Amino acid sequence: MRELFRGKLVRITAEEPETYAKSEVHWQRDSEFVRLADSDPVQLSSEKKIREWAEKRFEKGPQPDRYSFTVRTLDEDKLIGFFGLWINLIHNEAWVGIGIGEREFWGKGYGTDMMKLCLQYVFTELCLERVSLGLHEYNARALRSYEKCGFRLEGRTRRDILREGRRTDTLWMGILREEWLQMQNGENQ
Amino acid sequence: MNDIFTGKLVRLSAFDPEEMSKAFTRWNLNSEYGRLLNSSAHRMQSAKSTAKWMEKEAEEMSPAGYYFSIRTLAEDKLIGELGLDVVNWPGRDAFVGLGIGETEYWSKGYGTDVMNVLLRFAFAEINLRRVTLTVFEYNPRAIRSYEKAGFRHEGHLRNYLNREGRRWNEIYMGILREEWMELNNHAPSAVLGA
Amino acid sequence: MFDIQTQLFEGSDIRFGPIDHEKDAEIESKWTHDSEFMRLMEVNPARPMSAAMIKKQYEKLEKQLEEDKNLYHFMIRSKRDDRLIGKASVQWIEWTNGNGFLRLGIGAAQDRCKGYGSQALQMLLRFAFAELNLFRVSAIVPEYNEGAIRLLKKFGFVQEVRRRRSLERDGRRWDLFVFGLLNDEWRNQA
Repeated sequence: MRELFRGKLVRITAEEPETYAKSEVHWQRDSEFVRLADSDPVQLSSEKKIREWAEKRFEKGPQPDRYSFTVRTLDEDKLIGFFGLWINLIHNEAWVGIGIGEREFWGKGYGTDMMKLCLQYVFTELCLERVSLGLHEYNARALRSYEKCGFRLEGRTRRDILREGRRTDTLWMGILREEWLQMQNGENQ
Repeated sequence: MNDIFTGKLVRLSAFDPEEMSKAFTRWNLNSEYGRLLNSSAHRMQSAKSTAKWMEKEAEEMSPAGYYFSIRTLAEDKLIGELGLDVVNWPGRDAFVGLGIGETEYWSKGYGTDVMNVLLRFAFAEINLRRVTLTVFEYNPRAIRSYEKAGFRHEGHLRNYLNREGRRWNEIYMGILREEWMELNNHAPSAVLGA
Repeated sequence: MFDIQTQLFEGSDIRFGPIDHEKDAEIESKWTHDSEFMRLMEVNPARPMSAAMIKKQYEKLEKQLEEDKNLYHFMIRSKRDDRLIGKASVQWIEWTNGNGFLRLGIGAAQDRCKGYGSQALQMLLRFAFAELNLFRVSAIVPEYNEGAIRLLKKFGFVQEVRRRRSLERDGRRWDLFVFGLLNDEWRNQA
């Protein structure tokens, strides 16, 4: 069977709460990262608070409808980002949230490699039938990456975000299992 | 769309710990019932203690468990319990457990009716791909009922149970979504049709 | 002949032991980052776990061992350097019926195919049959786990149940088998 946790540039990990909290604090201080990744206002949390939150999260043990992964580079084992899945088990589909907190890894294919690993996991291990995501209209780099991975633009909510005095849209994208499978077959030829 | 929880003889209704704990306690006074349903020895518990246990289970319930009480359509009488436990989400396979506590409803088609309602819920509402069950070799009534509902034999654990001085097999049965659809002459849209 | 001298927990290259709360979590965490191991060991989706998550599992396990009485759990270590190489358990024990389910895993790929699995299974069976006095044991194995199926058959397990297309992994559906071995069958082999 194919290797699930290693891509071309990155690998999937689960980090110790202290390690994760250190990185998260560092990433939060980059407000451009936060404004690309999130809609909530930028805020700064302490390492302690993040660690406690991380520990509380796995109190109940692994849940079948929530997956949370961190990502390290293959060559230097550097912790650069994360992705998470929110699954609807009945309808067999999920929402994905993904981010690279270390800005020197933007625009170099790491995000695309991460998303490809994520989709492979979703479609061959979780065996879901669809993945959805949302992104800011002003996040052109992410849009290109997601399109490369096979996501299609499905709609937009107009001018629902207000930042720096400007209103922008949120874009909604999705990929179906059949589409992903077709892409795989295409790549294998 | 007709009600997915209603069959020809029974309907599935919500599992209320207070009501069910009283019923459980009464049904389990009948040791035959316990020995048909459970492999472990019965530990006689009060209704109060059973209710507490049920509430705790309900609290901790993951997205994987569904519990129902079974009521007759004719008199809305509570006659049994039904549980569906999704053991593997990617495979979309669940274990079903069914017990009719009111013995006057045995051998009258109630079990098969419950199972038909359950299978429709499993395949058409929560989109499972298969349903599994175990049944004891000494329970031919249940085995026949499940066969009628479309379950196929998948083997047995040899000499799994030890009761009344001899050993008995635990039989596994399973039904795939494709098999159920064929049995019901259903195309996917027909299941959801009016 | 009443043999209580032969060690239950010592094999030729491996031994059974308790959890080492200081060191084991890190090693198990590494195993969980290997999707091949996870897919052989678990029916549920493979997901990496941090040492902190593993430690939490150990807490739950120790509590269960104390309260449950239906579970026996062993860590497998190499005798030469005391290195953690796997784990084994007898679980879901029903005392009135004399049943239990076995679980066994060798964590690192380089430790497999060295005979450790055989030694571990041998010790586990002796414990289940000659110490717990179980009447029979079962093991659940996915169709694609050829190594485990070979090992079980070597020890005389019989394939008893085939749960058709119960799993989906890597783009196709797989059967899930249940194998069983009776105490008599085991005794007659020795």
